[in-house]
Amino acid sequence: MFFLKRLLFLIPLLLVISFLAFGLMRSAPGGPFDSNRVPATPEIERALRAKYHLDEPLLKQYVRYLGDLSRGDFGVSTKYRNHTVNDIIRQALPVSLTLGGLAFCFALGLGIPCGVVMAIRRGQWADHALGLLSLIGVCLPGFVLGPLLVLGLAVRLDWLPVALWESPLHFVLPTVTLGLLFAGKVARLVRESMTATLQSEFIIAARAKGLSESAILIKHALRLALLPVVSFSAPMLADLLTGSFVVESIFQIPGLGGFFVNSSLNRDYPLLMGLVLLYAALLLLFNLAADVLLVALDRRIKYE
Amino acid sequence: MSEKEVESRKLGVEKTLDGLPGAIPQLSTNRAQLHLTPNQRSWLRFRRNKPALLCLVFLALLAPLVAAWPLVAPYAANAITDEQFQPPIWKHWFGTDVHGRDLLTRVFYGARVSLLVGVVGAGVALVIGVTWGAVSGYVGGRLDGAMMRFVDVIYSMPSIIFLIVLLTTLRATVAKWLINWFGPEAAPKSHLLLLVIGLGALSWLPMARIVRGQVLSLRQRAFVDASRALGASHARILWHHILPNVWGIVIVYLTLTVPSVILYESFLSYLGLGIQPPMASWGSLVAEGAAQINPVQIYWWLVVFPATTLVLTLLALNFVGDGLRDAFDPKGQT
Repeated sequence: MFFLKRLLFLIPLLLVISFLAFGLMRSAPGGPFDSNRVPATPEIERALRAKYHLDEPLLKQYVRYLGDLSRGDFGVSTKYRNHTVNDIIRQALPVSLTLGGLAFCFALGLGIPCGVVMAIRRGQWADHALGLLSLIGVCLPGFVLGPLLVLGLAVRLDWLPVALWESPLHFVLPTVTLGLLFAGKVARLVRESMTATLQSEFIIAARAKGLSESAILIKHALRLALLPVVSFSAPMLADLLTGSFVVESIFQIPGLGGFFVNSSLNRDYPLLMGLVLLYAALLLLFNLAADVLLVALDRRIKYE
Repeated sequence: MSEKEVESRKLGVEKTLDGLPGAIPQLSTNRAQLHLTPNQRSWLRFRRNKPALLCLVFLALLAPLVAAWPLVAPYAANAITDEQFQPPIWKHWFGTDVHGRDLLTRVFYGARVSLLVGVVGAGVALVIGVTWGAVSGYVGGRLDGAMMRFVDVIYSMPSIIFLIVLLTTLRATVAKWLINWFGPEAAPKSHLLLLVIGLGALSWLPMARIVRGQVLSLRQRAFVDASRALGASHARILWHHILPNVWGIVIVYLTLTVPSVILYESFLSYLGLGIQPPMASWGSLVAEGAAQINPVQIYWWLVVFPATTLVLTLLALNFVGDGLRDAFDPKGQT
């Protein structure tokens, strides 16, 4: 019931975000048909502005946008003029979803076991070695890691393709480039929370009961230690699934990330609004899902 | 705690911080530590963390070198020569780039930008983030709700879009303001100032959340009720009683804010949205180097040296941040 209410509350929240994004966007100087973007005579510029209803009062434009939006229509891009925003998202989103999903699985699949090992071997060499590795992962930006991987594994050794997005072999390097930073963050997070959980009283009780060490670790400790990871994963997943400009440009992947940068630079208002709303909706939904998952993991958590 | 006691506590900490090794008596037993303040104990714990201490020394050596770089640099900032793409040799330790510029010189000029941006970003997080979080958490109720929803809304916009739009909105204003105040020769600096403002606008958000959470729980504690009963004003309670308990965690997150702001700046400069040529930052240097990568001829030094400096500095900052966090952790061992 509580979650149903929060689900409904997302709609006004998205409205507020759309309003603020609209206002912020329009307060920036310049427009999509400025003479430096689209060299044209003033008459053509005026006609273009009229076609996209940019000559109307701002509030009227906003209301019109909301009306279109309620019918699921994000409008027509002002830069890629033969494409609707729906088209662009429909084409690019699956690629970004695949890459982001893979990177997410990679981050969790690598990060959680590393974190658990560090917590169990706390203070020993495995902890120090993995700790250093995960810290290096956190400090390696994608634009450094990507070219290094390409140089090493693709150009020198020729094990993997250099770029493009075709077979599963093409997925490996972008996934690692995108996911390693988050894997490092997850590993550090799990180490912290697992260490704290292992010191708590119910673990001592479980040990006293004579449970096997693996049962204690997996059934009892890991379950609680994952709580902060769940909260952290929600914004991380929203980031990953909407694409990354750096990874996409290094590996020439036709994803969504590039549109985030280009639409803002081109003042492509409809595309920009579509992307802001897509990202915000994903983020809010994942945050909500994370809260549901937290209750499932820890029954002590109660929401009013 | 009286004002005098607060003063003496502060002094005590400063004394320890400045103290030479050995100035503090050997404090390995718990009994000898009884008279120490929590901050002194944290500092002791930090000093036992050798990697973190080493990184702090590294940063302490790097910072003055970077600050004084224009005085000691072997070459002028943008001295163009005929010696293009020289690999590292004695004359050019880091090699030279496409215009024959000395890379060592450029990496350290880049460090000035990157570190400046990081420090200012952390400063904004300190001033705005702490104030915002403290007021929100202390006042509570509707104001708290409104202030935190504001943070949430900025959070739920894609940061890159928010930043680009913000930067373009402010560009003309900042340039005009700069020229009015410092004359036309300051105009090239407007990109840097703008970058600092934009990154500052994002960097305070996590800090506000953290401080608000802390203040929210501290506000309920008995010592706050006690000082209110004694007639202390709200400002006094907040400043003298609540915030001293928050500084530890604030310092920790500040050390972690610096690397994240540097990382974001290098990302922006990599995209070409940050620092503009001929100025350089670590991100733009890596981007220039990466642009020269081709299968025929690899100018590895153009990528390796800026990237290594960037990653090493980030590592050191994170190590210090981690060390401080462990040291300030109330559950930590003494």
